[in-house]
Amino acid sequence: MKYIDEYRDGELAQRIAERIRNEVQPERQYRFMEFCGGHTHAISRYGVSDLLPANVRMIHGPGCPVCVLPIGRIDLAVKLALEDGAILCSYGDTLRVPASGGLSLLRAKAQGADIRMIYSPSDALKIAEANPEREVVFLAIGFETTTPPTALVIRDAAARGLKNFSVLCCHVLTPAAIAHILAAPEQDAAAVELDGFVGPAHVSIIIGSEPYAEFARQYRKPVVIAGFEPLDVMQAILMLVRQVNEGRAEVENEFVRAVGRNGNSAALTLMDEIFELRESFEWRGLGEVPFSALRIRAEFAAFDAEKRFDLHYRAVADNKACECGPILRGQKKPTDCRLFGSVCTPENPMGSCMVSNEGACAAHYAYGRYKDIEVVAV
Amino acid sequence: MCLAIPARVIELRDGGNALVDLGGIRKEISLALVPQAKLDDYVIVHVGYALGLIDPQEALRTLEMFEELDRLQPEAL
Amino acid sequence: MTGRSPVKRGYVRPLNFRDGVVDMGHGAGGRASAQLIEELFVAAFDNPWLRQGNDGAAFSLQLKPGERMVMATDAHVVSPLFFPGGDIGSLSVHGTLNDVAMGGARPLYLSASFIIEEGFALADLKRIVESMGRASRDAGVPIITGDTKVVERGSGDGVFISTTGIGIIPNGVDTGGHRARPGDAILVSGSIGEHGVAIMSKREGLEFETEILSDSAALHGLVAQMLAVAPGLRVLRDPTRGGLATTLNEIAGQSGVGMLLDEAAILVQPQVEAACELLGLDPLYIANEGKLIAICAEEDAQPLLDCMRRNPLGEHAVRIGTVLEDAHGFVQMQTRFGGRRVVDWLSGEQLPRIC
Repeated sequence: MKYIDEYRDGELAQRIAERIRNEVQPERQYRFMEFCGGHTHAISRYGVSDLLPANVRMIHGPGCPVCVLPIGRIDLAVKLALEDGAILCSYGDTLRVPASGGLSLLRAKAQGADIRMIYSPSDALKIAEANPEREVVFLAIGFETTTPPTALVIRDAAARGLKNFSVLCCHVLTPAAIAHILAAPEQDAAAVELDGFVGPAHVSIIIGSEPYAEFARQYRKPVVIAGFEPLDVMQAILMLVRQVNEGRAEVENEFVRAVGRNGNSAALTLMDEIFELRESFEWRGLGEVPFSALRIRAEFAAFDAEKRFDLHYRAVADNKACECGPILRGQKKPTDCRLFGSVCTPENPMGSCMVSNEGACAAHYAYGRYKDIEVVAV
Repeated sequence: MCLAIPARVIELRDGGNALVDLGGIRKEISLALVPQAKLDDYVIVHVGYALGLIDPQEALRTLEMFEELDRLQPEAL
Repeated sequence: MTGRSPVKRGYVRPLNFRDGVVDMGHGAGGRASAQLIEELFVAAFDNPWLRQGNDGAAFSLQLKPGERMVMATDAHVVSPLFFPGGDIGSLSVHGTLNDVAMGGARPLYLSASFIIEEGFALADLKRIVESMGRASRDAGVPIITGDTKVVERGSGDGVFISTTGIGIIPNGVDTGGHRARPGDAILVSGSIGEHGVAIMSKREGLEFETEILSDSAALHGLVAQMLAVAPGLRVLRDPTRGGLATTLNEIAGQSGVGMLLDEAAILVQPQVEAACELLGLDPLYIANEGKLIAICAEEDAQPLLDCMRRNPLGEHAVRIGTVLEDAHGFVQMQTRFGGRRVVDWLSGEQLPRIC
């Protein structure tokens, strides 16, 4: 597969790894956060950590929209399906997230709710057109990568005059979340000091590299935007090591083949047409984050499920022993959590980090936990 | 986040859609967000929509950067 | 039912396979049922047992010293019913034949029971049943008894098929998931992920164009050849639901061992790989219906591979790893990239993802 296979070459990986080994200053610790869940997944799946020297530590960030989706939002979706009888359309990722009352969208389906898994927002539109006598709601999650497609279907629905389609908008924004994490050490002594960020790949196609410049300037932390393949991630880590060594705090772009400074203007314009900023939004594990999420503009209220069904959001707290918050902020590791691997497993996730397979805990459980236990090989 | 894959535009279709090819698999997607995409361009596809184009020159530069054949300074802001 | 069919020709219109549908009468056990059985099932499966028209099939069996029998059963609820490379009918025959074969046995007979939804098109039923007949004849294993029930509309997915098979395990053959030993070689008969991808390509909403065909096939002939070369074969299993990863984890658990796989050795067809990229799936967890895993003593590995490669169903057979001593039963994999990772159990159903 072109533009994929070349970026997974094992030999090149060894060479970049060697460069990293040669260039890290042995007495220094390097703590880099990969914001994006896709990067967490790539690091785990390809065993990138095995190739890094011991003093380079990757901290998994909260860039997984399923992980940070609060229980209260899923409760709204479940209610729409079970009580209001709507056809609830959702991406596969969200179906298993446990919500209140022991329910998830999948469990609600077992109880009779009409839950449909879709691959694209356009599928939800098709379902609405095929079922004019039913209400159809699309549970829209995701960062800026996934938001423009949602905007398109709302615009399409308006243009076609659909009377039975609405969106439960849970779209969240990357720069706000990064800012929240960077500001944390000022408010919370336990917050971990980060030396730099690996910036998201596909979000950056939409928003461009420009928005990250502020973090580099204000907080003096280097940011390297990296593509999704493991070689991209390794090269980005090398570039971060170099910036740290040279005392630079700049935004660099490793993903030049797809990301430009200004992003995709058609997509950004469209997002602005349909959505506006929420003053505040609850992120699971991070709490309330200001100006970090989107809601549908008043002109499109007919397609806003929150208005259409007069929904009232109720926050639901996670299990008291759940350490997802500190884990999402990079302060703790999955193995620091009492519930990890015992009560909290991928089959029975207690918190956001286990719920999606790119959450820090899920990734560690699937790919890394064997390292916690000694294995004797023949 | 965001599972997105690079695929080649092999056919332009009505309504701003296109047929793309990834390793022999073909799927119809929307070009609404990348209207400038042409036949044989590579687009990055997410949830059935093209999000952006892949620049072949930059792609090559990136591979050369991995091999450090090309010691150009990476783009900095 | 007694020896002669109660359906009187001349009084009853033949079944309308072109436009007709199954109705509750076909499952009621009366004339309509008998007609369906005679005109469809007996016609398609045709063998002396079914022609007798009894509820059960009688046969005698002579076991040689040391021989054992194996019985296996499988239910098939696949959707869509028709997919590139097969259908629920051929799948149900291959699936049970393979389960019997994985026990090390030569399959003898099959039974098949059908639960059909009211309103199901007779044309589709005929297509499925004839496909089963062909699969059974090609395999040389007759379907000697069966049953049909019809359920109310809305209670089923068109048709559910359950098949049971019996076979004879030769003397000296003892395959089982608990038999893997540290140092053993892990072999796979070919490339992985085709059946699951073929099914997914036809799922509503997910449609994509591909030439991938399901690999659904009966493996008992291949197994017999393998056992002739290495009767001490330890484990035979076909990686169906949950894929290679799940099956290897099962075996590791049963045997109390670990495994180390070499990702570069595992064959995945390019289009299967591409489909998995597109949907965010891992080929290791995708169902196969015409492949087998064999775990054998190190010295049997090359002879077995040579033997498998001589059979069209094993022409791409390859060694993918080694069994390790590991009380925790981890299946590890050396990635193509250079690092190591664990290949864990599947969590729930593998769903296409956007993240």
